[in-house]
Amino acid sequence: MVTWLRKNLFRSVGDSITTIVIGSLAIWVLYRFLRFVFVTGRWEIVRTNLSLFITGSWPEDELWRVVVAIVAVSFMAGLIAGFIARQRREEVPDDAEPGRPWLLDILSRTWPLLLTVLLLLSLAQTVGPWLLAVGSLAAFAAGRFIGPLLPRRSGAALVVAALVVGLSAVWLLVAGVEFDSWGGLLLNLFLAAISIALCFPLGVLLALGRRSQFPILRTMSTSYIELFRGVPLIALLLMANVALGFFIPTDLAPGKVVRAIVILVLFTSAYVAEIVRGGLQSVPIGQIEAGRALGLSPVSVTRLIVLPQALRNVIPALVGQFISLFKDTTLAGAAMGLTDLLAGPQASTAQPAFRGQGLIAETLVFVLLIFWAGSYTMSNESQRLEARLGVGER
Amino acid sequence: MAPRELDDKPPFWRDVKVLAWVFQLVILALVLAFLAYLANNVRVNSADLGIPVGFEFLDQPSSFTIPGNDLRESQPVRDALVEGALNTLRVSIVGIVLATVLGILIGIGRLSGNWLLSQITRVYVEVVRNVPLLGLVIFAYLALVLAAMPRIEDAWQLDSLVTVSNRGLVVPWLTGPGLAFLGVVVLAFVVGVLVAGWRQRVAARTGQPPRDLLWAVASFVVLVLVGAALVGNGLSFPSLEGDQIEGGIIMQPEYFALLLALVIYTASHIAEIVRGSIQAVPRGQFEASSALAFSGAQRMRYIILPQALRIAVPPIGNQYLNLMKNSSLGFAISFFELTKVASTSIGNRSPAVPTYLLLMAIYLVFSLIISALVNTVNRRMQVE
Repeated sequence: MVTWLRKNLFRSVGDSITTIVIGSLAIWVLYRFLRFVFVTGRWEIVRTNLSLFITGSWPEDELWRVVVAIVAVSFMAGLIAGFIARQRREEVPDDAEPGRPWLLDILSRTWPLLLTVLLLLSLAQTVGPWLLAVGSLAAFAAGRFIGPLLPRRSGAALVVAALVVGLSAVWLLVAGVEFDSWGGLLLNLFLAAISIALCFPLGVLLALGRRSQFPILRTMSTSYIELFRGVPLIALLLMANVALGFFIPTDLAPGKVVRAIVILVLFTSAYVAEIVRGGLQSVPIGQIEAGRALGLSPVSVTRLIVLPQALRNVIPALVGQFISLFKDTTLAGAAMGLTDLLAGPQASTAQPAFRGQGLIAETLVFVLLIFWAGSYTMSNESQRLEARLGVGER
Repeated sequence: MAPRELDDKPPFWRDVKVLAWVFQLVILALVLAFLAYLANNVRVNSADLGIPVGFEFLDQPSSFTIPGNDLRESQPVRDALVEGALNTLRVSIVGIVLATVLGILIGIGRLSGNWLLSQITRVYVEVVRNVPLLGLVIFAYLALVLAAMPRIEDAWQLDSLVTVSNRGLVVPWLTGPGLAFLGVVVLAFVVGVLVAGWRQRVAARTGQPPRDLLWAVASFVVLVLVGAALVGNGLSFPSLEGDQIEGGIIMQPEYFALLLALVIYTASHIAEIVRGSIQAVPRGQFEASSALAFSGAQRMRYIILPQALRIAVPPIGNQYLNLMKNSSLGFAISFFELTKVASTSIGNRSPAVPTYLLLMAIYLVFSLIISALVNTVNRRMQVE
C-alpha cells in the first residue's frame, strides 16, 4: 500500500505537489457534485416529467406499440448475439475464452446503461416501465438461448429476419402515432436507428464512387462528400426546416421528423463514405489483382473480395460515427423545434409548476446522464471490438 | 463462319470504354436533371410567393439588431452577416487556441505516471466526449453562466482586472493610444521569438543549456514594460457604476458559454489524439532520451512531443474544422454567429433559399481556409 502510494502518487517533489493540488481540486469538485445530487438538487421535476423526457407527448393508449417494438427488437438482438457467440466459440478454442463469469463480464461492460435504466425505473410511478424492462430482458435472454440452437448456415436468413423485425417495428410505431407527437428519448433513438440504417449503404456507394476509375463519378462523389463535410449540420437542418418547401412541390413536403431523417442521412453518409474509403485503401492491391486473375468481374471483386475486408477494418470507426450520429440527433430538436430528449429541460422548466425555480441544472444533468450512458457503453464496446478484430495490427 | 481475329474491335455497344463513358454520362445527366428540377422549383415557388431569388436582399436594411454591437436596424443585411462571420471567427480562433493548449495538457496528463492525474484526466475525457455538445452548450449557458454567475449588483471583482457577472466577463482592453501599445506588444513578441531562436543556435554551437524560454519571456516582458512607459498603455480598466460597467471590454455571456463548451468538448477530442500520437512514438525514443539523462519534462519537450505532434497534425486539424462548424450551435443560445444571424435575417424577410446558400458558401470557404492552413503546417512538419 505504502509502496503503491510512493510509486504512483509521491514519486518526487513535483509529483507530490501535483497530487496534492489536483487531489484537493478533485475532492472539491466531487463534494460539490455529490452535494448537488443528494442534498441541494430538487429532483421532483424529473419524476413528474419522466414521460415527457422518455416518450414526449406520445399518447398513453398507444404506448403498447413502443412496448411491442422494444420487446421484438430485444428478442431479435438476443438471437443474433447468441448466433454470433456460438460462431465465435467455434472459431476460438475454448481456453482462449476469458475466465470471467459471464454475469460479471456483462456488468463490467454495461454498468452505466444498467444503472441508468435502474434510475429510470426507480423514478417511474407506474408498473408499466418495470414490465417493459423485465419483458425485454426476458425476450433478449430467450433469443440468446435460442440463437446457438439455430442451424449453422442460417446467417443470411437471420439478416432477413432482422430486417423484417426492424421494419415491422418501425411500421408499428409509425402507423399508430403522428410524427408530431413523437418526442423524448424515443425520438432520439428512432432518428438515430433509422438514419444509421439508411446512411450506411449511401456512404458505401459514395466511397466506391470516390475510389472508382470513372472520372465523372469520382468528381461527383468527391464534391458531394466535401460539400456535406464542409457545412455545419445545424445549418442544413435549419435549411430543411425553413426552405425545403421551395425545393419540392409544397404538397409533397414531408413533416419535420422525415426532414430531420433525410438531412441526418445525407450528412452522415458523407462521413461514413470517408471512413469506408479509408477501409478500401487498407485492402492490399494484391487482393484485387488476385481476384481479377481468378476471372472475377470488377463488380464481383468489389463485392466478394474488397468490401468484406474493407468494412471489417473500419467497424470501430463506423461505431464511433454512429455514436456521434446519436448525439447529433439532439440538433434536430434544436433546429426544428422537435421536443426531443434535450429539449425536455427547457420545456419542463417552463411549466407553471416549476417556472422560475432554477431547476435547469437538475433536468440537464439528468438528460445528459442518459446520453452519456448510451454513448459511453457503445464506445467501450467498440474499443473491445477494435482489440478483438486486431485492427491496425496486421 | 470465319474465326474471329484477336485484334478485332468489339462493336461500340460492347466496348467497355464506351460503355463506361455512357454509364457516367447517364448518371451525370440524371444528377443535373435533378438539380435543375430543384432549381426550377425554387424559381416557381418563389415567384408564386412573390419572393425574389437573387442576392439583392443583401443591400436592404436588416431591421434587427445584434446584442453587444452597435449595428443599426437600417444597416444592410450584408453588414449583419459580416458581423456574424466575425463572431464565428472570434469564437473559433480563440476556441482553437485554448482547446489546443488544454487538449495537449490533458493528453499528456493521461499518460502521466501520477495515478491520480491520469485517472482524473481519463474521467474528464470519458465524460465530456460522450455527451452531446449541444447539451454542454446549453448547460454552460443556462446552468453555469446565467444561473451561477452573480447578478450585476454583486459582481465578483478581482481588483479592477476582472469583473464577472451574468452580464458577462469584463477585462481591461485597449483604447485610443492602445493601438500603438498593441504594436509594441506584437513587436515584443517577435523579438522574443527571435531571441529564442538565437539562444537555440548558441546552444547548438557551444553546448550551453539554451534556456530559450526564459530569455524569450524576459525580453518580451522588458520590452512591453519599456513600451508602456514610452507610449502609455492605453488600457481602460472596467469599473462598476451602479448597475453599469464602464470601460474594459465585455465578453458576452453567450460568447463565454459557447467558448467554454467548445473548448471543453474539443479539448477532450484533442487529448485523445495527443495521447494516441504519444503512444505511437517508438519506445526506443523514450529509452534513449532517458539514457541521455533527460528529465521527464525535457524528454517530453525535446524528444517526444516534436515527433508525436507530427503524427497528430492532420487529425487535430480535423478537430479545428469541427470546432469552427460546431460554433453554429451558438444558434441554440442566441449567440449571434453566422447561423443565428442568417436565420434571424430570414425571420426579418430575407429570402430563405439565397440566405442559406450564402451561409453554406461562407462555411465552406472557412473550412477550406482552415484545411489549407493545416495542410501547410503538415507539409512543413514532415521530415524529408
